[in-house]
Amino acid sequence: MFLASWIAAILAAAARFAKSHPERRAVNREGDGYMRLWLGRYSVKIAEPMSEGTIVYDRPAGEETRGSDGRELLSVTDLHVQFETSGGVVRAVEGLSLRVRRGEIVAVVGESGSGKSVTALSIMRLLPRHTARIPSGRIVFDGKSLLDLDDEGMREIRGRDVSMIFQEPMTSLNPILTIGLQITEPLQIHLGMDDGAARARAVELMRLVGIPDAERRLTQYPHQFSGGMRQRVMIAIGLACNPKLIIADEPTTALDVTIQAQILELMRDLSRRLDIALIIITHNLGIVARYADRVVVMYAARRVEEGPAEAIFHRPRHPYTMGLLRSVPRLDRPRGEKLETIEGLPPNLAHAPPGCRFAPRCPHAIAACVSEPPLVATDTGGLSACWRADEIAAGKIAWPAAGAAAPAVTPDRGAPLLAVRGLTKHFAVRSGLRGVRGLVRAVEDVSFDVHAGETVGLVGESGCGKTTVGRLILRLEDPTAGEVRLDGEDLVTASAAELTAMRRRVQVIFQDPYSSLNPRMTVGQIVGEPLSVYRIEPNAAAVRERVARLLGQVGLRPELAGRYPHQLSGGQRQRVGIARALAMEPRFIVCDEAVSALDVSIQGQIINLLEELQRSYDLAYLFIAHDLAVVRHIASRVVVMYLGRVMEIADRDAIYREPLHPYTRLLLDAAPVPDPTVEKARAPRLIQGELPSALAPPAGCVFHTRCPMADADCRAAVPALREVRPGHLAACIKV
Amino acid sequence: MLRYTVSRILLVIPTLIGVAILVFFMLRVVPGDVVEVKLRGDGGNVSQETIEQERRRLGLDKPLLAQFGDWMVGVATLDLGTSMWTDRPVIEEIGLRLELSLQVAIMATIVAVLIALPLGTLAALFRDTWIDYVVRLLSIGGLAIPSFWFGMLIMLTLLQLFGWLPPITFTPLYVDPMANLAQLVWPALAVGYRYAAVVARMIRSSLLEVMSEDYIRTARAKGVFEKLVVSRHALRNALLPTITVIGLEFAFLIGGLVVTEQVFNLNGIGKLFVQSVSRNDFTLIQGMVMLIALFYVLVNLAVDLLYAALDPRIRYR
Ligand SMILES: Nc1ncnc2c1ncn2[C@@H]1O[C@H](COP(=O)(O)OP(=O)(O)OP(=O)(O)O)[C@@H](O)[C@H]1O
Ligand code: SF4
Ligand code: SF4
Ligand SMILES: [Mg+2]
Repeated sequence: MFLASWIAAILAAAARFAKSHPERRAVNREGDGYMRLWLGRYSVKIAEPMSEGTIVYDRPAGEETRGSDGRELLSVTDLHVQFETSGGVVRAVEGLSLRVRRGEIVAVVGESGSGKSVTALSIMRLLPRHTARIPSGRIVFDGKSLLDLDDEGMREIRGRDVSMIFQEPMTSLNPILTIGLQITEPLQIHLGMDDGAARARAVELMRLVGIPDAERRLTQYPHQFSGGMRQRVMIAIGLACNPKLIIADEPTTALDVTIQAQILELMRDLSRRLDIALIIITHNLGIVARYADRVVVMYAARRVEEGPAEAIFHRPRHPYTMGLLRSVPRLDRPRGEKLETIEGLPPNLAHAPPGCRFAPRCPHAIAACVSEPPLVATDTGGLSACWRADEIAAGKIAWPAAGAAAPAVTPDRGAPLLAVRGLTKHFAVRSGLRGVRGLVRAVEDVSFDVHAGETVGLVGESGCGKTTVGRLILRLEDPTAGEVRLDGEDLVTASAAELTAMRRRVQVIFQDPYSSLNPRMTVGQIVGEPLSVYRIEPNAAAVRERVARLLGQVGLRPELAGRYPHQLSGGQRQRVGIARALAMEPRFIVCDEAVSALDVSIQGQIINLLEELQRSYDLAYLFIAHDLAVVRHIASRVVVMYLGRVMEIADRDAIYREPLHPYTRLLLDAAPVPDPTVEKARAPRLIQGELPSALAPPAGCVFHTRCPMADADCRAAVPALREVRPGHLAACIKV
Repeated sequence: MLRYTVSRILLVIPTLIGVAILVFFMLRVVPGDVVEVKLRGDGGNVSQETIEQERRRLGLDKPLLAQFGDWMVGVATLDLGTSMWTDRPVIEEIGLRLELSLQVAIMATIVAVLIALPLGTLAALFRDTWIDYVVRLLSIGGLAIPSFWFGMLIMLTLLQLFGWLPPITFTPLYVDPMANLAQLVWPALAVGYRYAAVVARMIRSSLLEVMSEDYIRTARAKGVFEKLVVSRHALRNALLPTITVIGLEFAFLIGGLVVTEQVFNLNGIGKLFVQSVSRNDFTLIQGMVMLIALFYVLVNLAVDLLYAALDPRIRYR
């Protein structure tokens, strides 16, 4: 039986292959010069000719929007989800209820492991069959009880009425099937379209989501698309059958901030115009503020607060939400204070404590908190699961202010500790079967200084060369040209012995604390290793003592020395990485995306730690990151890179208050701030284009393909980095 | 794609030259040659004179490099020389057996793929159910039971139950298909079982891996029929690593069926190999090694080309 279906599948594939281009069904059925996209009863008119990013919509006259009736589309009631694991039963979701009205945008926020994805997968009934169990709960979608449907009934709903967009665009598309097939698949399965009709609709969908040259790209494969383009394809697939609900699980987390803005603006736009309800799962509070109507906050498998976006951000009624909002570094508030944080860690869901899950970290915990607080209505029209919600509403409780503001660092402007001059790195690459050789210009003529006790931030989108700069400074990579001077000595020409000596003064903290720690060594061995290798401490006992002191300095209990990395949380691992770097008593530390992989509450703890250590030991940091708000908080000077080149260098306040370079302005503009009032007043973001390939960077100003101010002059020559104002350098001919 | 193919084909030449050098000199490192085996093998009393004469006739008295040169010139002009034992052309000796060996290898491959593909797939789809256990048991059996022993079982069964044994003389397929199949189906089954076991395990594990990929979740989220999820989205990806295994096994079968050929009394390449090694028939050994090396290289090439045809990431980079 199976063999027969297998052979049939092969024959069908062969037949499809043999059929040459099917007759294209006329796209324009109306004859009014517009290209129309039909989604059920609605048609969307797309201006012709299409220019990228401009979409004109049109709804049949007399048709009221579905969202306006406020009818309920999805209701999840008291959902419980459990996983059987070797470490016991993990209760990933407990008693969650969630309501989504037609056309509404609901955001689900919470830290990693709080059960957001599991909730989404439960609605889709896509949980792993072998390990997951839903012991109780009800999910009603559009009048149908999803948990009671048989597999076939559920399949008919998936992709037809509910679509899902996943976090990782690079792995969510099938690598060996064409984009065209992947988009037309749901059209043929759910709507029974023939090849020609499905193809025509696929082209329209691709135009709708802003993929240029759609016709040709239909026959291409996922690896020929960039991450942002793949996510657009995923959205096109999600939209294909005009669903009533789209669930987007971290749709832009893997993307750069400018691409993130493009994708989210598009999704919000489509949701509004086509009246599609949207559940956005994210940990980025800026995204929530900009796009959500209503917010659900999850903590440790439970819903702890819910309410309209405005209320959640301006009048939170749960201590966790309050803490979360206070611990994000922000672009829209004056900076200079120590970051407020939520101390401690979220509980292990296999052995969660009874009572309020947040109690161990809550600064307002009282005796009553040992029993579980019910979700009660708040004064702001939402729900909160806190015994003291009323007191918070009455203004009796506020999140405790952080310790004293950090004294402004006044780096001495004498000789720099680290001077980078004309640093250049080209990688020769062979690509593909033909062995075409190319030159990736990863870093091109980069110069900047870092003074003792100062933090320099290095920001830019993925692939702009920031990590390579860090590696060149550490001499993990040999530069093609240029020099790196530490205390006046050139690291590039240094001998092996000199380099070893210098390595002690320059240390590094990596992004992914897990992969950078040897899994077979204990924490004590990891931190102690450089001490014995470089014979800094005379004997094993001295090393142990020193390790204990180092762990204390980074806020870890000394008994952790006996644990292995997999037994630590992400934040703890990052602290181990810092302790290892500190062991050498360095003067300079390269922090490569040191806090990017951490949750907001943990991120704040690590940033504060780095700042404290800087003050105590007069450390200098090169802080490489893509999050502009984090960089603004920690850095005193900022270097902005794009496609291997420096675009702008300035003091922090200057660059954030008055960015000169169009690229910096674009970056700052693209990042939404966690304030719904500000965000909702802001005009739609119009960001064009994608990051060009580093193999073939644009001639002249590398930014001209995306620059709103670009003209012919910009293409003529590479603009030099020049001092526009004292201490403020920019590489643009228009400033 | 074309340039890739051409450059891959050109790469075959240095590989073969390397093989030629290795086999030629390694054969001569070991003391003894065909003449001694032939004339003194049975303890016969032959004068040194006769031996020298025979050596001269076969060119074994020339300096090594000269012999190698002669041979290489021959190889380049597709003349592999004559067997030192039978004095018949090497090509002819091999040609006689190649047809049979090739046919057994092809039939075993067909048997293996036909068995392994559905079983491996079912095992993966019904992981940890009785279906999976049965398939896994069968494939462990296939790996544990030597092919020749399984072959003997087949022969015994045929003899005991039907009082019949397959024919011993080889009839080409185009002469009498029935007679040909009656002889070769059994060894193909015997070898195919082990082969199927290897391939089924490979399919099972790579399908399990593919089924947990993100894009399978995407396909399900689109509402694709589960059957289509497996056949269109998962199997095609899972077959990629399996093709390599099939190719390597196939190349192995051409020369590696020594014992099985013995069991079924087949006059194949494996048997010829053993014979020529025991006779120190240098030219024949060299010719066969070259042939088998060529097979490996060509199968590898075919696997790579198939890979490129199935996997667009390789095709269009
Ligand atoms: N297949 C699984 N088997 C066992 N446990 C699982 C499985 N999937 C998720 N979990 C557990 O369920 C809990 C919730 O996970 P979930 O993926 O929903 O978190 P999340 O809120 O989406 O986090 P993130 O922000 O990191 O995506 C976690 O403790 C996780 O370890
Ligand atoms: S119930 Fe108690 S511990 Fe929990 S959040 Fe409220 S005050 Fe804090
Ligand atoms: S030089 Fe031209 S293209 Fe480049 S940033 Fe300035 S205005 Fe834009
Ligand atoms: Mg998740």
